[in-house]
Amino acid sequence: MNSSLKTLLSIGLGLFILTAPLLFPNYQTQLAVLWLMVLLALTWDIMGGQMGYNSFGNIVYFGVGMYTTAVIQRGLFFNVDEYASMAGGTESQLSLLDYLLSLGLGLASGALLCVVLAVVLGAGILGLRGHYFAICTLGLGIAAGEIASGWDFLGAGSGLVTPLFPETFFGRGIFFYYFFLILAAVSFVVLRYLYSERFGLAINAVRDDEDKAESMGLYTTRYKTIAWSVAAVFLALAGGAYGNLIGFIDPMDVAFAGPTLGVWMVLMAILGGKGTLWGPVIGATIFHITQELFWTYLLGWQRVALGLLIIIIVVFFPRGILGWIREQWPERFGQQVDGEEQR
Amino acid sequence: MSHLLEVRDAAKSFGGVVANENISIDVPEGKIIGLIGPNGSGKTTLFNSIVGYHPIDSGSIKFSGKELTQLRVPQIARMGLLRTFQQTRIYGGMNCVQNLMISTPTRNESLRAMFRPIPPEVTEQAEELLEFVGLYNKRWLLAGDLSFGQQKLLEFAMALMNKPKMLLLDEPTAGINPTLINGIIDRLKLANAELGITLLVIEHNMRVIMNLAEHIYCLAHGQLLAEGVPKDIQHDQRVIDAYLGAN
Repeated sequence: MNSSLKTLLSIGLGLFILTAPLLFPNYQTQLAVLWLMVLLALTWDIMGGQMGYNSFGNIVYFGVGMYTTAVIQRGLFFNVDEYASMAGGTESQLSLLDYLLSLGLGLASGALLCVVLAVVLGAGILGLRGHYFAICTLGLGIAAGEIASGWDFLGAGSGLVTPLFPETFFGRGIFFYYFFLILAAVSFVVLRYLYSERFGLAINAVRDDEDKAESMGLYTTRYKTIAWSVAAVFLALAGGAYGNLIGFIDPMDVAFAGPTLGVWMVLMAILGGKGTLWGPVIGATIFHITQELFWTYLLGWQRVALGLLIIIIVVFFPRGILGWIREQWPERFGQQVDGEEQR
Repeated sequence: MSHLLEVRDAAKSFGGVVANENISIDVPEGKIIGLIGPNGSGKTTLFNSIVGYHPIDSGSIKFSGKELTQLRVPQIARMGLLRTFQQTRIYGGMNCVQNLMISTPTRNESLRAMFRPIPPEVTEQAEELLEFVGLYNKRWLLAGDLSFGQQKLLEFAMALMNKPKMLLLDEPTAGINPTLINGIIDRLKLANAELGITLLVIEHNMRVIMNLAEHIYCLAHGQLLAEGVPKDIQHDQRVIDAYLGAN
């Protein structure tokens, strides 16, 4: 492929991404969720791919961010407890400024809380390795869902309604499409920077041989905690916004959605190729589109089709799409035997 | 005379198995010291005790005058006491240059340094060391794709990258092609002479250890059997019996 064609293609793709919600107004929410998927896969890959810690509990940060944002948004204008017990009975409209301010404040608090949570949880469980870490995080996700469904302050099992999106010249779909687009792009850029320097090498070293990394004097615990906190920040922001996009927070199906989002983020990263920067992006895109096609054209069989897809991924592309390409053409990824003579 | 590493009456048992008993060794600064003994005599256990993999039951281990017995593996490594493994350990999913770049000393690493780009000097130094161990033209290959011998060389280079004061080498020439062994001996001697790194070497290859070490300790059945200069050890009847069996 020559370079001018490449530039033309990337400009075209860029324009398409920027204008997609205007071109397909009926799919705005789906397109916004696409970027959410990309973000979920990217943040899962920090731990799962680059660091070799398979976490099934990242959904905790997503849910905690979502609830924190909603509670703050509510608390600024209503009594949360009263509000929750009425289960959305007193719906009223916020002005755009109030809405954005409360959303911003809520997202910031959610992100902060999740960093604290990541550090506290990390101190307890980042010492676990392999299967033990995976099982422990799986438990965390389930426990968080159970706690939220039993906590009356958060509306318990009947959920929490987030504030209505104010009426303005642009709709909720457009707003959250660009929100998730920017969030996914920012996380991509931040991760690209982190992976390209010492931090990236250090977490790769932990993945390849943590005992060796320790015996070389690396501050492994610090790196692991930072990696988890970075994932937590982006997940909290995504969760807070997703609650507002959906409009209703169900503890098990929206906030701590372990069996859906929590598993999908792992699948998407593996499908695209875990441990690579572009892999999760590619995996999330393909996964989301195929999943939506299954829902549309194979209704009734969509879960079967999804299961089949998962089996095909694991059997034929155990290292993901990018991992497979890397195995076929390693020299494209900078691995080569240098022909030049010894200096 | 003060020693860089002083092990006094170290004892370690695993359940009923006594792996080390009353072992005392001294490693003076700047020297190359050998540690030999038949299989299962407790050499690797002693190494593991020194670098903090498991606590010793009694005794003391001092490095530069500081007690190591209460410290953990990374803390001891940051003091400049490093070890290599008998079953070579490298970062298999990264290329050789990256393996070296992440092996820089972390003694005074601040939180901010974790997020800084890798300085060009580090890359340069990594390439120089790869040249030193003869892996320069394999530098862009994944470390996991190298042969066992090459991985040993890479692990040695990683240890040097960390600029340790002292290096514990667990069988540096095991599994290496005989023609390469001379190269390794030369490089170990160079590292000792030019970089001033004190070496404590476990080795089964007698030709290598007699060539390399200035002073040798011999373990058998978890106890210190003999010590002395290579010549004495070679002719010590107890050592010969331990290796070949006595009536």
